[in-house]
Amino acid sequence: MNYFELFSFTPSYEIDTALLAERYRELQRAVHPDKFANSSEQDKRIAVQRTAQVNDGFSTLKNPISRAEHILALNGFDLQHESTTVKDTHFLMQQMEWRESLEDIAHSSDPHEMIAGLYESFSVYAKKIEQDLAPLLLSDSEEALSRAADLIRKLKFMAKLNIELERAEDVLFD
Amino acid sequence: MAYSEKVLEHYENPRNVGSFDKDDPSVVTGMVGAPACGDVMKLQLKIDENGMIEDAKFKTYGCGSAIASSSLVTEWVKGKTIEEAAAIKNTDIAEELALPPVKIHCSILAEDAIKAAIDDYKSKQTK
Repeated sequence: MNYFELFSFTPSYEIDTALLAERYRELQRAVHPDKFANSSEQDKRIAVQRTAQVNDGFSTLKNPISRAEHILALNGFDLQHESTTVKDTHFLMQQMEWRESLEDIAHSSDPHEMIAGLYESFSVYAKKIEQDLAPLLLSDSEEALSRAADLIRKLKFMAKLNIELERAEDVLFD
Repeated sequence: MAYSEKVLEHYENPRNVGSFDKDDPSVVTGMVGAPACGDVMKLQLKIDENGMIEDAKFKTYGCGSAIASSSLVTEWVKGKTIEEAAAIKNTDIAEELALPPVKIHCSILAEDAIKAAIDDYKSKQTK
């Protein structure tokens, strides 16, 4: 299923999220099972299926990582179910260092400052990856898409770091 | 999800945690990461002039299964030759720790860490 088509977008990493939300509401209304209360059993079943598709499509397109993965999937790359190992030593060293910093927050003399600094570093680093990723996802060359896959894998590590940072923040200030 | 007793045992008492001096010429390092869960694993081996693994250390950021897999691997590789260590399969690790199917990737990561460390050894040999 091409969710970009469902929401009338051309497949692209960059997407107008306000427009996405607007089209989501329109589609939701159009396929809502309540509208089919007096229809045949078959039509009701179809309405339920369509609603599920619209919901899945919205959550897939809303999240940048799953949106990027969806573009790759449409091109025949399955990243979601892979168990590929990343071996980029330089990148992984940076990940290790950041994980160590997360552990140091609790012992920091100014945890607020440290957390703010890490959010900033993660965001700058992720933005840089996204800038490289966006044009690659507009290509249909095998080589560009496999480089895009590498960058998406890196974004997943950045997403994980953000989750860990939020957790560290919660523990500290709850 | 319930962890097996063996995973818990390694998780609570991880063996060989830490780092060697990376400037020591007998030390090689394997760094690997699993994008699906964001786990990062560093495995260091101290290798003597005969290609025998004298000692091993690891540092892993990840779930209990990832930590247990790397802890187990450091125990297994000690005293082995490079070739013997290279023959360790993720299925051996998964079986020993009774990992459920959703955690198999942790054992794959540990196997790949050994391979990455051996690659580092080979690249240092040819220098």
